[in-house]
Amino acid sequence: MSGDAWIDAALRAARPQAMAAFLRHFRDLDLAEEAFQEASLRALKNWPANGPPRDPAAWLILVGRNAALDGVRRRRAERELPPEEALSNVDDAETALAEQLDDAHYRDDILRLLFICCHPELPATQQIALALRIVCGLSVKQIARAFLVGESAMEQRITRAKGRVARADVPFEPPSPADRAERLAAVATVVYLMFNEGYAATGGSAHVRASLCEEAIRLGRLLLRLFSGDPEVMGLTSLLLLQHARASARLDADGAIVLLEEQDRRLWDERLIAEGLALLDKALRHRRPGPYQVQAAIAAVHARAKRPGDTDWAEIEQLYAVLERMQPSPVITLNRAVAVAKVRGPRAALELVEPLAGDLSGYFYFFGVRGALLLELGRDDEARVAFGRALALANSPAEAAHIRAQIDRLTKDSRREGA
Amino acid sequence: MLYAILCYDSEAVVGSWTKEQDAAAIAKLDVVQDKLAREGRLGPVARLMPTTTATTLRKGKEAIVLDGPFAETKEQLLGFFVVECASLEQAVETAKELGRASSSNGAYEIRPMMLFRPGKLAT
Repeated sequence: MSGDAWIDAALRAARPQAMAAFLRHFRDLDLAEEAFQEASLRALKNWPANGPPRDPAAWLILVGRNAALDGVRRRRAERELPPEEALSNVDDAETALAEQLDDAHYRDDILRLLFICCHPELPATQQIALALRIVCGLSVKQIARAFLVGESAMEQRITRAKGRVARADVPFEPPSPADRAERLAAVATVVYLMFNEGYAATGGSAHVRASLCEEAIRLGRLLLRLFSGDPEVMGLTSLLLLQHARASARLDADGAIVLLEEQDRRLWDERLIAEGLALLDKALRHRRPGPYQVQAAIAAVHARAKRPGDTDWAEIEQLYAVLERMQPSPVITLNRAVAVAKVRGPRAALELVEPLAGDLSGYFYFFGVRGALLLELGRDDEARVAFGRALALANSPAEAAHIRAQIDRLTKDSRREGA
Repeated sequence: MLYAILCYDSEAVVGSWTKEQDAAAIAKLDVVQDKLAREGRLGPVARLMPTTTATTLRKGKEAIVLDGPFAETKEQLLGFFVVECASLEQAVETAKELGRASSSNGAYEIRPMMLFRPGKLAT
């Protein structure tokens, strides 16, 4: 890896902490971004020659603040601050600042930054876009590509989101424990949605989409470092790792969806699975179950099965039943029905699925699952109708292709029967 | 004398590498390890999962289990090599060699080993 790649990685890693400190200091997202940009430019100039600072985030914060002060002083025609070449060697200044950063405020600073981007007043797509821009540092162009919109449209969307959160006026005092928990929950939801946005492959190239999943995992790990004892944060990060471990097996060479049971499990990323299982293990020790932990536990059952036939579907069915009690939702019932089909057959599953028709009449997966169950029961004509509905509701070419393959199979089977 | 060469670096940085960058970094270190192995000087090598997966047990009359690493530090213990070296000088040389092949900054702590039991894992 070249030196520049290292600097990039260091800047990206330091970004949330530095941005959080700038936001506390300047109380304005735009000024915070400017300070970070200025500090990054100076890092690119300074670090290759002087070597990396011991604490990149502290360096960036010090330099970014001074750069801003510098501007003020220059305007006042006063003496300039010492250049950062000198600063980076003044270990004392760095240490003092690093210690200052280590106090409890630092955690709330980062949480505030995240919460502002994930503010409940913003629609989900704006939350995700703002978090990707401000916290993760993705360019507007990268974000626009992930959401399949033009760059100027995304620029506008982010500007609008910034305006709204500025008006929302998130207080700078340390939050109460209840507020902190609420902020953490809001942030966790957006991290989860960001991952799903990448995972759903509703458009865009697989590469662009995967980057959303990776950013979400990075945020999950960040939350985990800040809230190391929170089992739901462990569960969320575990869930994302276990899901993302399957990324390279989920689409075939033509970009068509490969169902879990048909995936080449050798393509699953063992390292991510091991980390996800370790985190889930840690979470379960707390005996404070929550929806993320249950979902991670479901993903873990799949991850542990060496072959599809080894999958403990009874365990999955139970876990979905637990999840259903925690968060009643027709989508979760639909998922439980898939497990029921494996354990007790398609008839029992269909009985669960049919009452959901009203709630899920616009949901691709509902018709996909229903079609597959009808097909299993030999009710081909009804299956064809269900698949037809699914096809009309497909969110991506990959989903459509998958349904078309099912319909083709139906057609072939009936021809064979006719012959 | 056996030395442990303990690798410390920012896991936030190392964790932000892409799969390709990570693989390239490991491949470069493998070259040095292969050489050490040919010289018969390489013992166990370990890479640790991120400290987010760590659990700490505070010993005492009533042991306390805490989530997270033993200490919150700027750089974390990411892994280690066990290497046979004739002297501290050779150990420093070996660490420098690994350092040149390393793709990150951080530090290697060189610690002479007092006791070494390679153990035997059932595989």
